[in-house]
Amino acid sequence: MRRGGGGSLPFGLPDVAVTLGVLTLLAVIAKVGAGAFVPFTAKIVPHVDLDPRNLPYYAARSTLRMFVALVWSTLFTLVYGYFAARSKRAERVLIPLLDILQSVPVLGYLSVIITAFIALFRGSLLGLEFAAIFAIFTSQAWNMTFSFYQSLKSVPYELQEAATLYRLSGWQRFVALDVPFATIGLVWNAMISFGGGWFFLAASEAITVLNHNYTLPGVGSYVAAAVAAQDIRALGWAIVTIAVVIVLVDQFFWRPVVAWADRFRFEQNAAAEAPRSWVFDVIRAANIPVLVGRVWAPVAESIGRLLAAATEARFATRRQTAEGARGERLFNAAVIVVVIALSVVALRFILTTVGFEEIFKVFGLGLATMARVVVLVAFATIVWTPIGVAIGFNPRLASALQPVVQFLSSFPANFIFPFATLAFIRLGVPINLGAILLMALGAQWYILFNAIAGAQSIPTDLREMCDDCDLRGWRRWRRLIVPGIFASLVTGAITASGGAWNASIVSEVVSWGSTTLTATGLGTYITEATTGGDWPRIILGVSMMSVFVVAANRTIWRPLYGYAQKRFTQ
Amino acid sequence: MNDELIRCEHVYKRFPLPGGKGEFTALSDVSLSVRSGEVLALLGRSGSGKSTLLRIMAGLIPPSSGDVLSGGEPVTSANPDVAMVFQTFALLPWLTVLENVELGLEARGIRRTNRVRRALNAVDLVGLDGFEGAYPRELSGGMKQRVGCARAFAIEPKVLFMDEPFSALDVLTAENLRSEIDQLWNAGNFPSKSILLVTHNIEEAVFLADRVIIMGSNPGHLRGEVEVELSRPHNRLDARFAEIVDHLYTIMTNPDVTIAATGAMPAVLGAAPHASPFAQPLPHVRPGGISGMLQLLAEHGEQTEDVAHLSDRLSITADDLLALLEAAVSLKFAEITDGDVTLTTTGRAFAASSIQSGKEIFRKQLLECVRLFDSIVRTLEGKKDGTMGVDFFLDLWDEYFPAAEAQRQFETAVDWGRFAELFEYDSLEGVLRLHESATDETPRALDPASA
Repeated sequence: MRRGGGGSLPFGLPDVAVTLGVLTLLAVIAKVGAGAFVPFTAKIVPHVDLDPRNLPYYAARSTLRMFVALVWSTLFTLVYGYFAARSKRAERVLIPLLDILQSVPVLGYLSVIITAFIALFRGSLLGLEFAAIFAIFTSQAWNMTFSFYQSLKSVPYELQEAATLYRLSGWQRFVALDVPFATIGLVWNAMISFGGGWFFLAASEAITVLNHNYTLPGVGSYVAAAVAAQDIRALGWAIVTIAVVIVLVDQFFWRPVVAWADRFRFEQNAAAEAPRSWVFDVIRAANIPVLVGRVWAPVAESIGRLLAAATEARFATRRQTAEGARGERLFNAAVIVVVIALSVVALRFILTTVGFEEIFKVFGLGLATMARVVVLVAFATIVWTPIGVAIGFNPRLASALQPVVQFLSSFPANFIFPFATLAFIRLGVPINLGAILLMALGAQWYILFNAIAGAQSIPTDLREMCDDCDLRGWRRWRRLIVPGIFASLVTGAITASGGAWNASIVSEVVSWGSTTLTATGLGTYITEATTGGDWPRIILGVSMMSVFVVAANRTIWRPLYGYAQKRFTQ
Repeated sequence: MNDELIRCEHVYKRFPLPGGKGEFTALSDVSLSVRSGEVLALLGRSGSGKSTLLRIMAGLIPPSSGDVLSGGEPVTSANPDVAMVFQTFALLPWLTVLENVELGLEARGIRRTNRVRRALNAVDLVGLDGFEGAYPRELSGGMKQRVGCARAFAIEPKVLFMDEPFSALDVLTAENLRSEIDQLWNAGNFPSKSILLVTHNIEEAVFLADRVIIMGSNPGHLRGEVEVELSRPHNRLDARFAEIVDHLYTIMTNPDVTIAATGAMPAVLGAAPHASPFAQPLPHVRPGGISGMLQLLAEHGEQTEDVAHLSDRLSITADDLLALLEAAVSLKFAEITDGDVTLTTTGRAFAASSIQSGKEIFRKQLLECVRLFDSIVRTLEGKKDGTMGVDFFLDLWDEYFPAAEAQRQFETAVDWGRFAELFEYDSLEGVLRLHESATDETPRALDPASA
């Protein structure tokens, strides 16, 4: 039952709150969104003012970009994931493609995107705006799509049968079965991807492509301007601002969404603990949403009927024919031919422009960056695992620190980079080592996060058994803790190394004022190629990094994950 | 009155085996019809293809050959004359009771007001008025299944399909719902013209159905049918009721007998030995389960016990009991005649044995009575290091079972073999390894030439 807002009054305080909230939101979006349509020429770059009073406006611009990207990611996810899951043929192309897209470093092809979008939106800031949004989109969409696809693939068989037998149309099936079933996974995935998106937002708002400096008003470009002006106070304000924004978005958007999504929990039994959100409680207490819903219902019904009629249930209980099998073979052959043709074209382009030696050189640079990633993952694992396990074994500590760790993992590490750079310069730390620290700033939290989750999943009775048998210290780690958290550790390491590869592009070259520190590595190579607009080298660098990431996934992480699943799960 | 609603003609269902290794036959030459005004039960053990047959008749999966006609029309898509009640309810947890019931009507394009009225009627009929706005997770299992029934009733199908509708419920709830469905049917205003019930519960079949069709396994086929010529409602205390139940139990526990008319007890035919030891399915039970059942039977004191009462006394489901009995019979621990079970001398010895001597008896019976274990042990002995890759054996099973069942057969064989200390299974390396002293101390009773 809905709780009435204010006794006999049709509207109560919650309604006032909801109305004011909606109006404020609309006003802010109108004001902030207007800025995106300002005309610009490549020569007159929008000016970023370091006065901290401008920060709320910049933060709003950045946040708007994040949400526009989220909307696009969600639409992309629903369409791409649906076809990948429901069409066997599409699946065979779309899923490997997604796998590759996921391994390509987003920041590596940012330059490509920016050039393309500037060409597309000649004379308006919208081009840059869209390029930044696209960068955020690419950091979110692949994860979300995989989550949605996997949910669709695991819709229980009996529910699918019921949907078929009760003749649900394509549309009804999508809205009544597929999307609700996938909602919780999708929401969690979107929330985590959104957190990771701040990093790419900050990196994409101020970027040098083809010897042009491109700047979009936002917190990211504010930080870049502060670094150029060597203004530590401004940097401090920027960090406070982004922290406040992350907390606000969490409280006013993600918490309510998670609380709302709980209704799509599939377990048919009541849950022990439902996620709570005070904002969601206010919205639920208000009467206006109910009224709006009542007015909307007949409209929704008509739209639903139209869409249902357009997607009349097709029943695929045909018998398999020889013709169908031949079609399959033709389709497979076509896919293989296209893949081979594309690889030949790409290889020819690189070979004719830069030559073999360059490939070997870039491979060597890749090894250098890989060494950094390996050291980072190993070191972060050694440092954070004991801490994570200690937190995970203490339920009160875990519930208190969970939001903190979540906050840290979504805090864009590149906001801290200038401080670290300054420290490197003052203390004389070589950037070849310092880059590892910079990469770790963002990536390490995944390892901590998963160590906590892994420790929490170890049953209490097993820990009591260890106490009982006096199994302590190293033996306890070897017999109980490491096997218990192994699968989680692998997951954490996969995510951390993926993040570290991406971060290398902004970590290996850092500057403070006019001083620039440059490390030897693939990240530097890509950044320099991007700045100089050297297309063959951009393509070579990005491809090499993708090859490294894919190779590591295939030869190390997947087998390790498989082993963890087989050996250490109950 | 006697017109046919749905009719199957020579239906076969074959599934391709993985790796292109031919086909697995799930259903072989099934012909039957559902008549108007009857409750028909499909009775069979798991693996007899009864659920597959139901889904073919519902148009959810196509037959490999043969025809299904519904109302005289060939079924090529989801059968519009049918609504199904699912074993696990298949409710959408994010919709309320009423919305779940409305779903099928909505899909048929029925307008909102009309839809709500019909849905409310169906909810009333199953006794859920007052719960229209509740979500499934707030309901007990029995109430969830009532929602499943209401959803089916709402679209007023010609035939109501019920796929093991009570087997996910506890005993009392199941009984309650069963008799309410029976009352509704007997009252004469049931929302469908016929019911097709799939079950492995013999008493349930006799209680609800006018006609029971018995299905056999490997491949799934019709073994025959038994008419329940009692007046409705079927009275469990009626002597004739007990007779029919006993008759069905005898048929179900003797997979190789042909079905004669009720009353005449079936003669056990000599079971033709299959070509490969890997073709004979193992019942999926644990050695500890067999031992536990034998101990309870031995404690009972009397020489024989009625199988139908055993299920109640041991408080296990009929399907589990049948699997246990089949294992006990195939290991010559027990014999079943005329619906009564008797322990053999070996069976009594096994029931009274200590852990170690029990393992010895079990090992001896495995090697003597189940050719599969003899074959596995010989294979392992033939190897120098006494190990063999699991895939070798899985391939052999794959020829006779679909992949999932082959895996289960393998798991059950490993379970029995480990208990008997015949061989060990190394899951990391994926090999079977001969137990060090597996066969030295066991006399080899079976001469391969005589098999």
